[in-house]
Amino acid sequence: MLKVNKLTAGYDNVPVVFDVSLEVREGELVSVVGSNGAGKTTILRAISGLLKPISGSIEFMGKRIDKLPAHEIVKLGIAHVPEGRHIFGKMSVRDNLLMGAYAIEDDAEVNRLLDRVYEIFPVLKEREKQKGETMSGGEQQMLAIARALMAKPKLLLVDEMSLGLMPLMVDKALDVLKHVNKTGVAVLMVEQKVQEALEIADRGYILQTGKIVAQGTGQELLGSELVKQAYMGM
Amino acid sequence: MLLQVLLTGVLIGSVYSLVAVGLTLVWGLMDIINFAHGEFLMISMYTTFWLYALLKFDPLASLPIAVGVVALVGVLTYKLVVKRVANAPGLMALLATFGLSLFIRNLAQFLWSPNYRFVSESLLTDKRFIIGDLIIGLPQLVAAVGSFAMTLIIALLIKKTKTGRAIQATAQSKDIAELMGVNTERIYAITFAISGACVGVAGALLANTFPVYPECGAMYGLLAFVIVALGGFGNIWGAFYAGILIGLAETLGGFYLGTQFKYAIAFLIYLLVLQFRPKGLFGW
Ligand SMILES: Nc1ncnc2c1ncn2[C@@H]1O[C@H](COP(=O)(O)OP(=O)(O)O)[C@@H](O)[C@H]1O
Ligand SMILES: [Mg+2]
Repeated sequence: MLKVNKLTAGYDNVPVVFDVSLEVREGELVSVVGSNGAGKTTILRAISGLLKPISGSIEFMGKRIDKLPAHEIVKLGIAHVPEGRHIFGKMSVRDNLLMGAYAIEDDAEVNRLLDRVYEIFPVLKEREKQKGETMSGGEQQMLAIARALMAKPKLLLVDEMSLGLMPLMVDKALDVLKHVNKTGVAVLMVEQKVQEALEIADRGYILQTGKIVAQGTGQELLGSELVKQAYMGM
Repeated sequence: MLLQVLLTGVLIGSVYSLVAVGLTLVWGLMDIINFAHGEFLMISMYTTFWLYALLKFDPLASLPIAVGVVALVGVLTYKLVVKRVANAPGLMALLATFGLSLFIRNLAQFLWSPNYRFVSESLLTDKRFIIGDLIIGLPQLVAAVGSFAMTLIIALLIKKTKTGRAIQATAQSKDIAELMGVNTERIYAITFAISGACVGVAGALLANTFPVYPECGAMYGLLAFVIVALGGFGNIWGAFYAGILIGLAETLGGFYLGTQFKYAIAFLIYLLVLQFRPKGLFGW
């Protein structure tokens, strides 16, 4: 459903990712792993339209999206959970979630979605009146994911969900992603935590200094010499 | 007598508040001070005056038209001026709106001469209540109540509506708001329109009692800046309370120290507060 084709992107015309091609198929959970500064965030920002590619193309459901503004892309069914969470700290939890459904016109539909995410994240229901910034890091991450689900995405982009979370919360967040994926939402996640990300992925890509250096199923990559040597210190 | 002075202060303060609310909205959203804000007020007052002089419209009837005119001026200001310099470094945006204010003022002078003009007879002219020895002018009362009503409407709009939420979201992060599906360019234009609508209301109400001339918005623009800083940049209710405070400072200062000092007190408060609470009386 998502095809990234020879994407070159960067800042002020200086590329930081080079000729990246990757694909997410219907219902898949795909991980892109790589260390800090490899270019993971840059790729996601290009897909969701926050960053215009220098060259290459991005197709979603058969449609070129690389020239569209970000606010149009989310309407096609791509929701992006940004790195560092970036919830709206000064707004209530509920208003954050309503912002997630901004592109949905039908109020009854928005209420149904709200009930559904409250079911998945009961803590958000308890805290719905609280300001986003008063929640713990883990809760904010849940809110960021829940907010993205409010857009009714077909594809969820998730940027370093585990960053700054306690190990217990990381597991919980990964469980949530798996659950969301089971409901039919395709997921493209980028991670520094190579092992965790590849374990739950159907397929994965290894990104090193802006280039894809390996790809395969999660299991294949976990077993590969490259991953063992570069990321697990074996 | 003191009561009379206090009342007068609160009434004019309410109008100051509304002008400042318009200014603080734009600041809260884009970190830009619109130096032409006072001139927007002047445009509203001229709109009201000319509708009165040419078509015999009462200022209250002109109010919605003035609101529309200044909202449009706000949108044009965004699209033609601010948008081009919003991401430019340093003082560009400030200089651009400052230039715009001079341009509008000179244009008014050119088109309509520097003469003072008055709405000499309106529904409210010379009407007043007298309660004991308290005199409440109806034009001032209507201006204060109307301004407060508009402030309330704006606050509710920002807090409770979908567009209001999008404005808040864009103020906190343009990129993340875009990810939610918000066309942030549109939000900027809408906010300039709302900002213009605030001074549109204020200008139409002020035209009942104050002379209209090319410089008539300048002092309001300056006071609004002081009020926005006192209230905490971007804080609507902060601007409201600070506006009342400045209204009181002005009338108390004018009464006890002489009218030539009335604005001096306001600016003195500003300098003092800035020393001790740089984020304003209500910011952190
Ligand atoms: N806003 C930016 N301006 C300039 N360079 C940037 C910006 N964001 C990231 N970079 C650079 O691009 C490279 C890739 O960054 P990023 O995509 O954030 O990597 P990752 O998400 O894998 O840590 C890094 O070298 C980083 O310094
Ligand atoms: Mg990153």
